[in-house]
Amino acid sequence: MNIKHYCLVCGVSGCKSSKADAVYHQLLSAGDSSGLSGEVQIVKTGCFGLCGQGPILKILPDETLYVGVKPEDAEEIVKEHLVKGKPVERLMYKTPKETKPGQSYRKQLRLVLRNCGVIDPENIDEYIARRGYTGLEKALSQLKSEDIIEELKISGLRGRGGAGFPTGLKWQFTAEAEASQKYIVCNADEGDPGAYMDRAVLEGDPHSIIEAMTIAAKAVTASHGIIYIRAEYPLAISRLEIALRQAREYGLLGENILGSGLHFDIELRLGAGAFVCGEETALLASTEGKRGMPTPKPPFPAVKGLFGKPTVINNVETLANIPLILDRGGAWFKSIGTEKSPGTKVFALTGKIENSGLVEVAMGTTLREIVYDIGGGIRDGKKFKAVQTGGPSGGVITTDFLDTPIDFDSLTAIGSMMGSGGMIVMDESDCIVDVTQFYMEFCVDESCGKCAPCRIGTRRMQQILNRISKGTGTLDDIEKLKSIGLATQKASLCGLGQTAANPVLSTLKYFEKEYLEHIEQRKCRAGKCKDLVSYTIDAEKCIGCTVCARKCPVHCITGERKTAHTIDQSKCIKCGACLEACKFDAVKIA
Amino acid sequence: MEKLTVKTLQKLRAEHKEDMENRGVQDDTIHITIGMGTCGIAAGAKEALNMFLGEAYTRKMDNIVIRQTGCMGLCHAEPTVEVKMKSMPDTLYGRVDGEIAKKIISSHLLGGRLVSEYIFDYPAGDIYKE
Ligand SMILES: Cc1cc2nc3c(=O)[nH]c(=O)nc-3n(C[C@H](O)[C@H](O)[C@H](O)COP(=O)(O)O)c2cc1C
Ligand code: SF4
Ligand code: SF4
Repeated sequence: MNIKHYCLVCGVSGCKSSKADAVYHQLLSAGDSSGLSGEVQIVKTGCFGLCGQGPILKILPDETLYVGVKPEDAEEIVKEHLVKGKPVERLMYKTPKETKPGQSYRKQLRLVLRNCGVIDPENIDEYIARRGYTGLEKALSQLKSEDIIEELKISGLRGRGGAGFPTGLKWQFTAEAEASQKYIVCNADEGDPGAYMDRAVLEGDPHSIIEAMTIAAKAVTASHGIIYIRAEYPLAISRLEIALRQAREYGLLGENILGSGLHFDIELRLGAGAFVCGEETALLASTEGKRGMPTPKPPFPAVKGLFGKPTVINNVETLANIPLILDRGGAWFKSIGTEKSPGTKVFALTGKIENSGLVEVAMGTTLREIVYDIGGGIRDGKKFKAVQTGGPSGGVITTDFLDTPIDFDSLTAIGSMMGSGGMIVMDESDCIVDVTQFYMEFCVDESCGKCAPCRIGTRRMQQILNRISKGTGTLDDIEKLKSIGLATQKASLCGLGQTAANPVLSTLKYFEKEYLEHIEQRKCRAGKCKDLVSYTIDAEKCIGCTVCARKCPVHCITGERKTAHTIDQSKCIKCGACLEACKFDAVKIA
Repeated sequence: MEKLTVKTLQKLRAEHKEDMENRGVQDDTIHITIGMGTCGIAAGAKEALNMFLGEAYTRKMDNIVIRQTGCMGLCHAEPTVEVKMKSMPDTLYGRVDGEIAKKIISSHLLGGRLVSEYIFDYPAGDIYKE
């Protein structure tokens, strides 16, 4: 007999907090007793993300979504929906009133990632089939240069590379500059630790970038394009090479594109492997074959860029939006997201989150929706502590701001930054000082050394943070961090130095207490700062099961079976394995 | 190939659009799409790919088309595999290693039954289908 319905029960194995398992079993028996066993298949699925509303049940092929299903509801669902074909209204998911366009119960809205995971990136025909090159077609056959720029201005698109500068305005500066040669550059250097959305676009939808750059070429009258891409992205490079070849074969690059008279072609440049080469002036210097070091702005690249010529430089994610804006119109784009930050943003959600991955949401989505409705909440049922956004240039967002709609300006207002969209979720086992020190070490390593405030300031801040994490910090250090931080912010030449202190200043603002605990009590509540913690075994609670002794990688736990064990402090490397291993709560961390 | 003009581009688009939309809806072909971004490959997508290719060959199933695609963003569930065929709902599988790939063939493709515990939800609707 053929299966007529499939019942998908969400998160049975992973989702321990809900009653999904009981729902699953009730459905099985209700199905059996209704004589449906050959017509229905009841299956368990991976997490749907909507954990707050679990257990969740989805019926296919009609796509009915039930939420908050209780085991006792199983019979009704089987009898009404599966037997009689009448969905149980009372349990059906109801779309909240404030739902944004294009959203269903799924909170994501995929514009930038529209083709990623859908088309074969090595087949131009599949891109074309999904309205690919429609934007270019319009730009070349119906629009004047000014119209393209006007459309972008109406859309309100802002650069996704970090700074959020209005793209239409940037193109206008280049369009208005008089020059014999102009360039279109795509910034695909993506050096921010924890960000990989640009890679996903380049690997999954390379033609969207080629199309956008060609539109830019028409808008500002350029004939030459460059994609500056990290050498560490070999797959993206090879997919881009294939895409460029196909576009040339089709006449979508090269001479007289689509019979419009536009000449434009694109070449790849492999990055020099430094974070600072993602900064636009350093990137252009590196492209010219010079050492990748920033130069003061103005002059801005839009007016005086590559080889001194006006240059449009845009980030990958920014560009990926542009074909869609031309296809559907600036006003359409403007209607998505927030007033000042239209459109969507892709975040790389990582850290202590159940469902890590790339998440694209309309601007204005709250952190709570991202962490709990899409991300499935904190891993292992631990407590949310904060989210770090913007990587080494950003800061932390605490519980108090879980309901703040996220866009460029709201993040800046709370002392963090959009940055490139890295989003690292921290739980109670993460130490604020430790995380901050990680970012500062990154800045010390990546500072190009050209200007003193950044070169020396980042090093000094890192030394102080290191001291604090070792328990040898003083109260003065807090003030020192703040003043060095502010000076580095104000006096550095480029964005790296100007934002390097953000993680410090932001965590000092929201977690000063934790810094003080490290200094005054020599205590690290998360147990991450190794010099400040010690592991001991409570003789009262230890039953001598020997589990910890077997888990300890350096064999420093001794004790006879069934007698209390002890830890040799001189050998302990503070890995925490014994704490996790002990089932009797006998290992203590102090 | 002939360089495209606006007209021929539009014609090409219309043809391929129909072709893509008919996949697993009109035709009797089984369409398997494997997420092959850096992340998917790192998680073992090639193992799944080889299993699908090998099984299709040994079982002499000549109605299977296996394609690659980019990263769907479901890092926690890589490698991901989508199955589209006429008699079954479109299904997204995650954490597909060689063994699960084999199960998908025997259970989903040949048996008309989904493979429990490896189904994931699509992260978002398709903006071209609304
Ligand atoms: C240290 C530093 C690193 C940067 N790295 C990148 C990067 O990897 N990718 C990127 O697109 N922009 C990066 N930027 C931002 C660029 O300087 C520039 O603002 C951006 O490419 C402009 O494009 P947009 O307007 O489309 O955002 C970086 C900036 C700084 C200061
Ligand atoms: S701020 Fe730092 S990275 Fe930027 S120019 Fe100065 S030393 Fe170099
Ligand atoms: S913390 Fe690690 S090294 Fe120290 S006693 Fe426990 S298991 Fe051994």
